[in-house]
Amino acid sequence: MAVILVGMADLNIAQAPDTLTTLGLGSCVGIALFDTIRRIGGMAHIMLPSSGGQVGAGVNRAKFADTAIVDLLQKMGNAGAQRTALVAKLAGGAHMFGNSGGANVLRVGERNVAATLQVLEFLKIPILANDTGGNYGRTIELFTEDGRLKVRSLGKGEAFI
Amino acid sequence: MIDERDQNESQRMDVFKEIGNIGAGNAATAMASVLNTEIRMETPTVQFVPFNDIVNILNGPETLVVGLLVGMSGDLNGSIMLVLEMGDAYEMARTATGQRNGPPFDPRNPALSALEQSALEELANIIVGTYLSAICTMTGLTVRPAVPQMAIDMVGAIMSIVAIEYGKIGDSVLFLKTRFTDVNKAMTGHFFLIPDFDSYHVLIRSLRLD
Repeated sequence: MAVILVGMADLNIAQAPDTLTTLGLGSCVGIALFDTIRRIGGMAHIMLPSSGGQVGAGVNRAKFADTAIVDLLQKMGNAGAQRTALVAKLAGGAHMFGNSGGANVLRVGERNVAATLQVLEFLKIPILANDTGGNYGRTIELFTEDGRLKVRSLGKGEAFI
Repeated sequence: MIDERDQNESQRMDVFKEIGNIGAGNAATAMASVLNTEIRMETPTVQFVPFNDIVNILNGPETLVVGLLVGMSGDLNGSIMLVLEMGDAYEMARTATGQRNGPPFDPRNPALSALEQSALEELANIIVGTYLSAICTMTGLTVRPAVPQMAIDMVGAIMSIVAIEYGKIGDSVLFLKTRFTDVNKAMTGHFFLIPDFDSYHVLIRSLRLD
């Protein structure tokens, strides 16, 4: 069994029994997709809500919720996953610092979550779990054996969602 | 033949380095008076570093750190983030609160008292205030710092704030690293200047680098 690491503004896929993990999510959102029949998993670590439709050559599409989900679906599809068998879980989107002059950057966690939910709903992918918000960082790991998502945070310990 | 764009980029880096130097020098003087000890500050290293390399510089995304975020407003809007490794934050807080002969830092119990936390916020105030005034002097811009906000968490989560803002313009962040040394200890501080999208261009223009 291998643990496949997904970096910041990055995405990847894995097949059972491998797992996918991304570390230290703050205001970024970790999106886990899972084909429940073929046991193919996908994970994206997005930073910003929307590419604004202006993703030119050389731009990292995994950075944005909209383009990252589309690319992840394509990659999972190439590996044999079927759209109709997919479910989604997400975590992150925290508000790491208190109210600091209302700078826009500090609300980006909420906007990342909203954009991710919107894209998944548009694509009709059921959202089975959503552990987002709060003011703390999270590490997640998707187990492709059964689709469980482990969420770990300092102080709050581990939980499966 | 040297590419003109590369030349502009390297000129910008030189200016950011110079800002870093001046700011760091002033901050060291200010810290020394607060900590009531001799503080030396190394010349900061300045570089653009890809997102994923930043968290690895700081020992991996799950490393426990103290993040101090100070908003700025005026001609430049955005924030400055100061990131301290837990042990270094502990040393600074103890020095500032006069507990120099207390117990050594215990990584299994990395708590900071309320007094130590407010001492760190005060240090962030001083460091960021002097750093911003150096930028203002060089550029003629007016920038006001806000009250520092602190978070103690995984460095990946703390740095997401910095990476997200730079993510709008590219895939790397401007990173200044320096070391403060008092008489017997070295403490490392990591600074991130986070101008918002428009302010980045204001800064470049005010330094006549466009």
